[in-house]
Amino acid sequence: MSDHTENKNSDPSRKELLKFVNVGKWYGDFCALWDINLTVHAGERVVVCGPSGSGKSTMIRCVNQLETFEAGEILIDGVVVQTDPKSLQTIRRKVGMVFQNFNLFPHITVIQNLMLGPIRNLKVSKKEAEERAMRYLEKVRIAEQAKKYPSQLSGGQQQRVAIARSLCMHPEVMLFDEPTSALDPEMISGVLDIMVELAEGGMTMMVVTHEMGFAKQVADTMVFMDHGEIVEVAPPNEFFTNPKSERTELFLSQILQH
Amino acid sequence: MNEVRLRPPAEKTRRVTLLDIAIISVVVAVLVYTYYRVEHVLVYTWDWPLVFEYVIRVDEITGEIFPNLFLKGVAMTLRLAFWGTIIAAVIGIVMGLCRVSNNLFLKLGSRLYVELIRNIPPVVFIFVFYFFISSQIIPLLGLDRIEQTFSPGTLAVMEVLFGPTDLFNNFLAGLICLAVFEGAYITEIVRAGIQSIDKGQWEAARAIGLSRFRVLSDIIMPQALRTILPPLAGQFITLVKDSSIVSLISVQELTFLTQDVSNTTTHFFEAWMITAALYFMMCFPLAVLFQRFERFGLGIQRN
Repeated sequence: MSDHTENKNSDPSRKELLKFVNVGKWYGDFCALWDINLTVHAGERVVVCGPSGSGKSTMIRCVNQLETFEAGEILIDGVVVQTDPKSLQTIRRKVGMVFQNFNLFPHITVIQNLMLGPIRNLKVSKKEAEERAMRYLEKVRIAEQAKKYPSQLSGGQQQRVAIARSLCMHPEVMLFDEPTSALDPEMISGVLDIMVELAEGGMTMMVVTHEMGFAKQVADTMVFMDHGEIVEVAPPNEFFTNPKSERTELFLSQILQH
Repeated sequence: MNEVRLRPPAEKTRRVTLLDIAIISVVVAVLVYTYYRVEHVLVYTWDWPLVFEYVIRVDEITGEIFPNLFLKGVAMTLRLAFWGTIIAAVIGIVMGLCRVSNNLFLKLGSRLYVELIRNIPPVVFIFVFYFFISSQIIPLLGLDRIEQTFSPGTLAVMEVLFGPTDLFNNFLAGLICLAVFEGAYITEIVRAGIQSIDKGQWEAARAIGLSRFRVLSDIIMPQALRTILPPLAGQFITLVKDSSIVSLISVQELTFLTQDVSNTTTHFFEAWMITAALYFMMCFPLAVLFQRFERFGLGIQRN
């Protein structure tokens, strides 16, 4: 697998923001991740694809320790991820995450959703948190909904709020776990637009998605996973036109048919 | 474009069906037969005025009105219910949080507590626990000597809050039994409420770096409370009714005093029917209140 670790397309002078080293994870005897080696440089956009159950989500959830892993290590900014409460807080300050089902907090308003993290984790003042929240709500073009409750918003709007909630923490890297899979088709483009803007703004991103159009547009690096391991890592032009692995080819032929 | 969209006429449904009439007839027949048995076969002489004197006593000379045994019992039951509810809620929330804790000791301790209480009949529990509390804990806390330790003013306030001071130990023992007993059920309600919250809420809260305490206090508990409230309200009403078991350890609440009245007057039917009505009058308004509360509090903002 070691030949996959270095991405030829990325600039080696950029710092290594995220690094998986021989990461392995098991559920009982079932191996969910096997020998994951991957480096994400600052500013790099990595899109992870693969069949369902291949371990894509599990892999990115290991980064901010929503999942534990049994083998190997993950480095963020050159520091090995630890699991004590203090380190966890630091990790989660640096790593933002957007979920498939948005997971907004339904009992508080949109703007309160955004202010919670900065107030509790970054210890910023209420006033500053509010200003920051409004800034990001404007960025995701939803500022007029600030005082509403999440359930009053459409799925697409909720996902944009969720993205803004992560951005409020000023993360160094953003993880997206199938951000458009739970959306109605007409809501998808609004969310993807925001993600493209983020990418153009230089955000380091790791995106698990089936949206291959998005991948072609923003990805620096494509990662294909199957059966808990990384099968192929390549820049998008090579990945889509001339995949090295048969499994990648088969997968691409299946999802690009339509 | 401007077509008229006529709704088809609704089918008429009869409000009272034959089945309703049949059921009502059976109920009336049973009531009439019961009355006949009591009146003519048991030859029971009703004496409501006699028993009513135990609700309110009118002084024959001065015409003053005093609450009698039934109302004293109601007061004691309300005291038990009030303090019992508070203590049981505290126990329930603390133990419920222990149940979902990561700490093995807390988790097992809480589990043990819940399972012990749920699998022992309340009456047996009360006897075992009462013996332990009254013989060990109350002397240990010095609560058997309160009349010597507190000033008359304090004692007067305590009398309003906890009933007659000479029966204070007895009240306290009953109260603790009741609260510990009901606390186990509230623990389960709290646990179920916390676990009913979607896993995604935990994950999202952790992903923005909230500590475990903050996840619980800011995200999980406020949402769980909405799930918890209806069964919790039900449990508080159950607590009012269950308070009657402490009559077994001679706490002078409504059930205990009713036994007194029915033994003294030998008018069992009247006495127990009055008590039934009094319990109903305590519980039913609570039920209505909680229903209102629930509708008012939960109307909006649910996903």
